Amino acid sequence: MKSFSGKALFLDRSDINTDEIIPAKYLTEISRDALAPYLLEDLKFDGFDPTADIADKSVVVTRANFGCGSSREHAPWALEVNGINLVVAESFARIFRQNMFNCGMMAVELPVDTIDKLFSTFGGHDTTVETDVDGGTITVSAEGMTETISFTISRFDADLVASGGWVDFADANY
Amino acid sequence: MGRTIAQKIFDDHRIGTPDTDVQVIRLDAVFCHEITTPPAIVDLQQRGKDRVFDPARIKVVIDHVSPAKDSKTALQGKILREWARRHGIVDFFDIGANGVCHALFPEKGFVRPGYTVIMGDSHTCTHGAFGAFAAGVGTTDLEVGILKGVCTFKTPETICINITGTLPNGVFAKDVILSVIGRIGVNGATNKVIEFAGPVVDAMDMESRMTLCNMAIEAGGTCGICAPDRISVDYLWPFIKDEYDSPEAALADFSKYLPDPDAAYAQTIDHDVSNLTPMVTFGYKPDNVKPVSEMAGTRVDQVYIGSCTNGRISDLRIAARVLAGKRINNTVRAIVSPATPKVYNQALEEGLIKTFMDTGFCVTNPTCGACLGMSNGVLADGEVCAATTNRNFNGRMGKGGMVHLMSPATAAATAIAGTIANSPLYTR
Ligand code: SF4
Repeated sequence: MKSFSGKALFLDRSDINTDEIIPAKYLTEISRDALAPYLLEDLKFDGFDPTADIADKSVVVTRANFGCGSSREHAPWALEVNGINLVVAESFARIFRQNMFNCGMMAVELPVDTIDKLFSTFGGHDTTVETDVDGGTITVSAEGMTETISFTISRFDADLVASGGWVDFADANY
Repeated sequence: MGRTIAQKIFDDHRIGTPDTDVQVIRLDAVFCHEITTPPAIVDLQQRGKDRVFDPARIKVVIDHVSPAKDSKTALQGKILREWARRHGIVDFFDIGANGVCHALFPEKGFVRPGYTVIMGDSHTCTHGAFGAFAAGVGTTDLEVGILKGVCTFKTPETICINITGTLPNGVFAKDVILSVIGRIGVNGATNKVIEFAGPVVDAMDMESRMTLCNMAIEAGGTCGICAPDRISVDYLWPFIKDEYDSPEAALADFSKYLPDPDAAYAQTIDHDVSNLTPMVTFGYKPDNVKPVSEMAGTRVDQVYIGSCTNGRISDLRIAARVLAGKRINNTVRAIVSPATPKVYNQALEEGLIKTFMDTGFCVTNPTCGACLGMSNGVLADGEVCAATTNRNFNGRMGKGGMVHLMSPATAAATAIAGTIANSPLYTR
């Protein structure tokens, strides 16, 4: 099982699409590692600088409809090779969400209020997320503030995370 | 409660329910192209699982960057080519026979009502125009599709978009779908299937229905579906004539995939198009939509007619009708990419290619080309393109470029004007 804990990267925008996560021009890469330097290269909004902000982050916290657009699994891979295996958001585009679990990564949905609170309390701070996959909680902390939040993922998604992805699971079961 | 088209297809294909909301379905076809398939092939090799579930059900094309533009794209083609050979995949379309996947595969008769289809490409939803369940998936789903012929989906809820009224002259399927996306938003159909129904859809030819279904994903939809009818049967007849005694018999068979009158829809939206005007996008999201008249006069640097949305013969005919006898404005450059060799040939025979060239268009070979900004018409920073494609994301056609999505008629009129303009076909 992958690691789902570490420093948080806050992306305060909805509808971040897979072209922004990894631009099409890098889709010629066959190796996943080659995608590492280009994660979020085309994501533009005030206060975000891909080169400075991604380093040492392990968890993304964002708003609604994350990962919409192209089906490219290069998007989760670009996160994975940067050590980011968990994205926490209000909602996800279907293909992106499925791709995450298919790779044994996690796309966790939380209610709007909870996401709002995460942004207002922790956004802009040096924030760490501790994830307890079996217990279904994330513990978010920064500068003395701590918040534990429960989440649910389906039994099937949990099976994919535990078996490291869909290929081995499917080959064993169908 | 009755069932929707997608529910009927799922009921016929289900082989497992690993969770309350998750269904494993059997696949009738797996489509592949050279961008998302090579990583799946390499991963299967690394896992010691270099197998395919059924070579006859796998259809493969090199279309996104063709001819190869550099060593890396050449390698993608090479991996795909060698894999197809190794596994005896007969339906492999290489340069000379290749075209944009979602235009080429329907033309080959690879989709039937009631089919389940996946591809590592978000616009796979296009094939729902035939009454099939066709969905874009990521590389891992594709990999498992290739290996096992199965895929998982959540139980599909369906939104019915009932398109009513009469389409005004010069307003096309592209304008309809842009208006629908503008109405329900880029997230309006996430995790849901969109059934396009109503008299306007019933009257549409298959190419227009494909344009509608193609952009279901731009509203987040898993698939766009049109009910099978006589129009779809007639389109498919050359491919199914040995299987059925008559088109009537085929239609009777396919009618098992019609939605029940009391089908349980998550939502039904009546969308009257009688007063619809030609539409265009203005931002970096496909739901940023306005009437062309409100954007008239916006400068463009490039016009692009092509793609899986609007690169078919009917699209080229409409554009050529607007262009005939004119010249493109000398402030713009214009490119047309017929979506398939068949479309190219038809356009040649009908004199459309000559029309395009006489007006100053560059005609390229069939390929995705500029649509995804990987070749054949990439924009420079700050440049603007009027395009018949389906995505206006920031950077889609080149870093710093802006794309305005529109119909072929509007794109042709824009090429002549040099700025966004309504076509003379729109007479209101
Ligand atoms: S034409 Fe564009 S949208 Fe269609 S398959 Fe090719 S790249 Fe994708």
